[in-house]
Amino acid sequence: MWKYILKRLGYMLLTLLAVVSITFLLVHTIPGDPFTSMVEDLPEETRQLYMEKYGFDKPLIVQYVRYITQLLTGDLGASLRYPGRKVGEIVAQYAPVSASIGGLALFMGVVLGLTLGILAALKQNRWPDRLVMVIALLGTAIPTFVIAAVLQYALTVTWPVFPTTGYGTWKHLVLPVTCMCVSPLASYARYMRSSVLDTANQDYILTAEAKGVDRFHIVTRHILRNAILPCITMICVSVGGIFSGSFIIEKIFAIPGLGKYFISAINDRDYSVVLGLNVIFTGIYVMAMLLSDILLMLCDPRLRLSNDK
Amino acid sequence: MENLPLNEQDFIPLGASASEGEVLAGKPMTYWQDAWQRFRKNKVALFAAILLVIIALFTIFGPAICGYDFTAQNVKIRNQAPSTEHWFGTDSLGRDLFARVAVGGRVSIIIGICGALIVGVIGCLYGGLAAYFGGRVDMVMMRIVDILSSIPNLLLVILLSVVLESSSIPTLLFAMTITSWCGVARIVRAQMLQINRSEYVMAARIMGVSPVKIVLTHFIPNTISVIIVNLTFRIPGFIFSEAFLSYVGLGVAAPNTSWGTLASAAQSTLLFYPYQMLFPSLFIALTTLSFTLMGDGLRDALDPKMRR
Amino acid sequence: MEPLLKVENLHVRFASYAGNVHAVRGVSFEVGRGEVLAIVGESGCGKTVTAKAAMRLLDRTNAIVDKDSRIELDGQDMLHMPRRKLNTIRGKDISMIFQDSMTSLNPTMTVGKQIMENLLTHTSMTKGAARKRAKELLELVEIPDPEDRLDCYPHQLSGGMRQRVMIAIALACDPKLLIADEPTTALDVTIQAQLLDLLGRIKEQNGMSVILVTHDLGVVASFAQRVQVMYAGQIVEHGTVEDIFKRPKHPYTWALLSSIPGRALSSKSELYALKGTPPDLRRPLIGCPFAERCEYCMGICKKQCPSETEVSEGHSASCWLCHEFAPKVQPPRIFGGNE
Repeated sequence: MWKYILKRLGYMLLTLLAVVSITFLLVHTIPGDPFTSMVEDLPEETRQLYMEKYGFDKPLIVQYVRYITQLLTGDLGASLRYPGRKVGEIVAQYAPVSASIGGLALFMGVVLGLTLGILAALKQNRWPDRLVMVIALLGTAIPTFVIAAVLQYALTVTWPVFPTTGYGTWKHLVLPVTCMCVSPLASYARYMRSSVLDTANQDYILTAEAKGVDRFHIVTRHILRNAILPCITMICVSVGGIFSGSFIIEKIFAIPGLGKYFISAINDRDYSVVLGLNVIFTGIYVMAMLLSDILLMLCDPRLRLSNDK
Repeated sequence: MENLPLNEQDFIPLGASASEGEVLAGKPMTYWQDAWQRFRKNKVALFAAILLVIIALFTIFGPAICGYDFTAQNVKIRNQAPSTEHWFGTDSLGRDLFARVAVGGRVSIIIGICGALIVGVIGCLYGGLAAYFGGRVDMVMMRIVDILSSIPNLLLVILLSVVLESSSIPTLLFAMTITSWCGVARIVRAQMLQINRSEYVMAARIMGVSPVKIVLTHFIPNTISVIIVNLTFRIPGFIFSEAFLSYVGLGVAAPNTSWGTLASAAQSTLLFYPYQMLFPSLFIALTTLSFTLMGDGLRDALDPKMRR
Repeated sequence: MEPLLKVENLHVRFASYAGNVHAVRGVSFEVGRGEVLAIVGESGCGKTVTAKAAMRLLDRTNAIVDKDSRIELDGQDMLHMPRRKLNTIRGKDISMIFQDSMTSLNPTMTVGKQIMENLLTHTSMTKGAARKRAKELLELVEIPDPEDRLDCYPHQLSGGMRQRVMIAIALACDPKLLIADEPTTALDVTIQAQLLDLLGRIKEQNGMSVILVTHDLGVVASFAQRVQVMYAGQIVEHGTVEDIFKRPKHPYTWALLSSIPGRALSSKSELYALKGTPPDLRRPLIGCPFAERCEYCMGICKKQCPSETEVSEGHSASCWLCHEFAPKVQPPRIFGGNE
């Protein structure tokens, strides 16, 4: 098992390196340089000076090697736009905001989605099932920003229950978290429902029934555990996308989070920040994938043992 | 039963000729006929398919029906509510929203369908080749897929849109499909390997069926249904991604428009002119809903395991 | 003595989109205490459905059991008892072994827990006591190193081992009736023999009744006391093993017997294969269900369904050949002692 985890860890680093390289290349092929887009008429000498200072005059390969070695020491680089501002600091400042909203939304989405999915499957073809499936369908079909706009309109303007935008109190969290959890909730519910139905049709459920195990224990002991296995990967993907999923919501609700900062960094052509944040996002994503592999192995004895050998 | 009078005539053996009868239960149906039968019985999926046709017709003929050009500005009729003159109202530049929603729909649907097709073609080729070569080639190819699919999709799309500095439809498609074919490639490869290992293919080989015929009768029908279903579910994803990109300001550039662009443009004035948001959002929702429902129906209809 | 299990006029239909499949058509039979009854027939003849109906395992499927069907276990009405009551009987008084041990065991639960689950459901045992009993059960079904095996997952065991675990689960609470649904079909011939031998010995020890559902008549001879041959959802012949093997009356039974490879070879004849397929169970049957495939088919067979005729005590067949008007037909000469 440890061998397997080590192998996955190796792939994870490889992936990370690939992503860093691709983003590095992409960012450096953007026409123009940060200093021209930053200030309209920067004197040529000053520009040259900056170019030298940040090493932009060197060949791409040299810059690349320098960047990688810098990353290895844990330095994500500094902002070009706001000199002195390190990417690490930016993350430390904005990430908790995004994480609190994204984490809450994920938690709500997983808990409610799985519960509704299970409920729907157990009441298959009866009204709770139909209701959940309609909700889930609408949740997947309506874009997040539409939900956000409607909620904003209804609950902050028509009935001013919650603040429109901003971040601070729990009241600020309600709307963004609600909007953000709708779509994952819907897909979890759909997925969990079909997984539970699938498991309930397995032969071993019949064996349990033949043992005289009552319905409640059949569901809790036999169905749920096996039904949740396929959902683990899906949940971990969402954990990995916790920051990148909040871009729109942060923009709509003017929440000072990492996503909002990322978009403005793109618009500012603040390469080093874009690169640095990208490394962070990808790192989290890849770690979530690793987590899903490990979790799956812990929960599914078939995987665990076949990898022992 | 016993009360029927029996006579000895009834007990004359009919001989072997009587027992030949191996009558087929029903007339045989091909796979696609059978699938169509099942799809047709699924009212919800059928309704979704019809709705999609209507939406498609609307986007094609909509501008002609209402008689307005989708770019024609008219400052005198800015931000009008829906009326008999302008069925969906007008926007802040006085453009007719019915025409704009119809034209925007073209872009959204084209992106959705083309995206799915591109992903489908690349995924099939890649997955098929990996399965065909097998061994080391397969391993390397799938490892590449693993790495590519670990890149957060949204980040890449945003980055590419910025890098390519163009907001034409092909650029958007390129950015959106560059890694999302990986999923299809995985499915195709897995399906191919599974079919290749199956006993019916082995039986066909042993009986000397030509490879071309095996591919035509076993590999393609058993893979294509899975791909069709998968791609149907992907179309709404592309429409959503496009809407998202438009929302972040990276969508199709003016004068062209899309449902996503229209919806995000309406965002700032939502409080005053909610209908400007309503129509494009409604169409996004209806279209994605229809594709999802149709995908559900197709899956039930095409899944050979469900076949009785 | 009152029989242990009494099935009367059992009808089961399955709703499918192509029409209702009438899978079991008026089956009645009894199983006495300590008796082994074999239900034999080709696939799709309704034998497994009959067994599952007796366990009420069809509740959550699309099966419909007719209102006037009756199944009684020890005098208790199985079909209409509330689920709560039912769950105190299933697994305790009546238990079942399924055909495919790979899919019939929960892949994410250790076999020990799966055996203990049965004990903990029906007795007030502590976990420790249940584990001890589970170990004894594994010993009983002759699994080596039972202590270690308790913590194994199903996929770590071989097919034969898993089937032994299934037997251990079924035997956990000393049931009065064990239903074994093709318990050895998925296994090698040598392991089949071992398992049947084991089942036979256990049966002798605790005196339970067994219903053995199988399509393999060869398995039946050494194990069962009575045999019941099913075709197209009906019982076409039943009697003691002796009756069925030595004095079979129904052409379908003849066909089944002729298809046993070993028997055919010993009599130096070609291996017999029954032609055709069973009738479509979606349609109502007119006449004898076997008429279409029967070599001895007569005019009456296509018009009217034969009723059960008692040939000798406890041996009856549903065939017009047993009627007084019927010509005397000589069954194929492959049976050991033809009269």
